[in-house]
Amino acid sequence: MSAAPKKTLRIVNLIWLGPAIAWLVIFAFFAIVGGENGFLTSSGTAGWLNIAAELGIIAIPVGLLMMSGEFDLSTGSMVGAASIIVAVGKSYYGISSEAAIALALVLAILVGTFNATLVERTKLPSFIVTLASNMVLMGTALGLSRLLAGTSTISMKDDGWAKDAFATKFGDFNISIGWWIFAAVLAAWVLRRTPFGNWVLATGGNLDGARRAGVPVGRVKLVLFIWTAVSSAFVGVMTTFEFNQGNATTGQGYVFQGAIAAVIGGVLITGGFGSVLGIVFGTMIYGVVSLGLFYTGWSTDWLSTFVGALLVIAVITNNVVRQKALTQGANRK
Amino acid sequence: MTGITPIIELRDISKSYGNNTALSGINISVYPGEVHCLLGDNGAGKSTLIKMMSGVVPPSTGQILFDGKPVNLASPREAMAYGIATVHQDVGSIPLLGVARNFFLGVEPTKGWGPFKRIDFDKAGEIAIEHIRAMGISRVTDPDQLVGTMSGGERQALAIARALYLGAKVLILDEPTAALGVRESSVVIDAIRKARAQGVALVFITHNAPHAFAVGDRYTVLLQGRVAASFSRGEKTLDELTTWMAGGKKIAEDATV
Ligand SMILES: Nc1ncnc2c1ncn2[C@@H]1O[C@H](COP(=O)(O)OP(=O)(O)OP(=O)(O)O)[C@@H](O)[C@H]1O
Ligand SMILES: [Mg+2]
Repeated sequence: MSAAPKKTLRIVNLIWLGPAIAWLVIFAFFAIVGGENGFLTSSGTAGWLNIAAELGIIAIPVGLLMMSGEFDLSTGSMVGAASIIVAVGKSYYGISSEAAIALALVLAILVGTFNATLVERTKLPSFIVTLASNMVLMGTALGLSRLLAGTSTISMKDDGWAKDAFATKFGDFNISIGWWIFAAVLAAWVLRRTPFGNWVLATGGNLDGARRAGVPVGRVKLVLFIWTAVSSAFVGVMTTFEFNQGNATTGQGYVFQGAIAAVIGGVLITGGFGSVLGIVFGTMIYGVVSLGLFYTGWSTDWLSTFVGALLVIAVITNNVVRQKALTQGANRK
Repeated sequence: MTGITPIIELRDISKSYGNNTALSGINISVYPGEVHCLLGDNGAGKSTLIKMMSGVVPPSTGQILFDGKPVNLASPREAMAYGIATVHQDVGSIPLLGVARNFFLGVEPTKGWGPFKRIDFDKAGEIAIEHIRAMGISRVTDPDQLVGTMSGGERQALAIARALYLGAKVLILDEPTAALGVRESSVVIDAIRKARAQGVALVFITHNAPHAFAVGDRYTVLLQGRVAASFSRGEKTLDELTTWMAGGKKIAEDATV
């Protein structure tokens, strides 16, 4: 009936390659400059991997959301709010770890639903909507923690299963690396293999077209906003058990880092294009740069400069890659 | 063709937007296995007419019959449930997704169970390639080829193939050739012929007389919201058709149709 479809290496399937090469180059650079100071040691390696793991768990759903055409800048506050819930819940109300974690995750589902609904109803850019909810949520968590505990940093002690699940160390390597790998495998599966993944890319690639084809675009975005909020809460819970304290503002760094890692990882800011493996490499680049600078002996003030330059290069490269993908195989005469 | 029930029939349909009458007293019958060309100047009411057929807007008065029975097409979803599909000029494909992913968007075939349920890419690719080939597109053989690398005509053909695969009985095409060059248009015209051969009823809106002449079985010319003329294939020459489309008014005055 039909000739066996020929398989070609398509650029869309190689989005991760650019970030992977960039990571290799940057890693090599810091290995050379910072190698003597211990960048390549087990503790140096664990250092940047630990940073990457926590950021990565958030950057992956942020990237998926970006592929669907939306932003979420409320991740940072979600981390902080989850951490406050766990710390206050356990220290001041004596609730179990299970209950505290469940509460944090329920709040995350509510926040994700709230973000998605507000974006859908107002038709405003999610950038501004989630920036607003980030501030509201952070202010509330901060206010409540001072009200209840009189301080913004609440210490907490736990030696149960949760400590094992979220704070175990293998040498210098945190268990968070394992959670990160799990999150990446799950997301990659969903994006590449399932109908939902097809809908995510279609929603970001052509919203009207996707809607007309019968894709429930509103539901796609709802799921992704919830996914992002739940992942952020997860990191909040994890760090609380790891550091034995909760703080409403701890997560603010993730607000832009998550999006930056996704873009450096090859996700198109306009949506419709990206890969989970790419985001993983983007996150690893972030980890290597932010820890590598310590080992160079230079001032870490330069971190922002470095990341900003990477971001510009990444945005330009992503657009070029997109163009290339759209001309590849078009063998038009 | 008398004796055969029209798959879709509009009876004495009119549509007003406030004081503005877009359509009045429209009678049109569309038959399976026929291409019904809808012609008329800008603002004549063609788009309004097909919006009613596809459930986008309700008629102000009159009746729509599907397969001989009166129906109320309250939404595009309901129209689609009857097998009334619309392919818009911009098609609505996703450029950065592959042919198979586009073809099956929203109705992806899956295999596996529970959390391991995944798109059956082999099946999707095979069916998609087979069906776009049936529409006359033979250059595309890789189900992973990005739709953004296909030509405008090929994308139209893909959309038509998808609609047919999903069981369309009536296929409405709103100016599918408007943005296309000569060769691309002929790809679409060819796909329209292939769809007709499968027994589908097609409603084909165009401003291009040769295109209409090439595939039309039945013609309805709209003029300021009214049917100015309706005729069948062979009753008019291409020249007459062109004149009709250019300024139907003149002829409408000295010929009674
Ligand atoms: N939503 C609306 N509100 C008010 N008037 C409308 C609306 N839609 C269409 N009309 C009017 O109805 C009339 C018919 O418009 P329609 O779009 O159906 O024309 P058309 O034949 O498709 O034209 P074209 O060839 O330019 O696409 C026009 O006078 C138009 O202004
Ligand atoms: Mg129109």
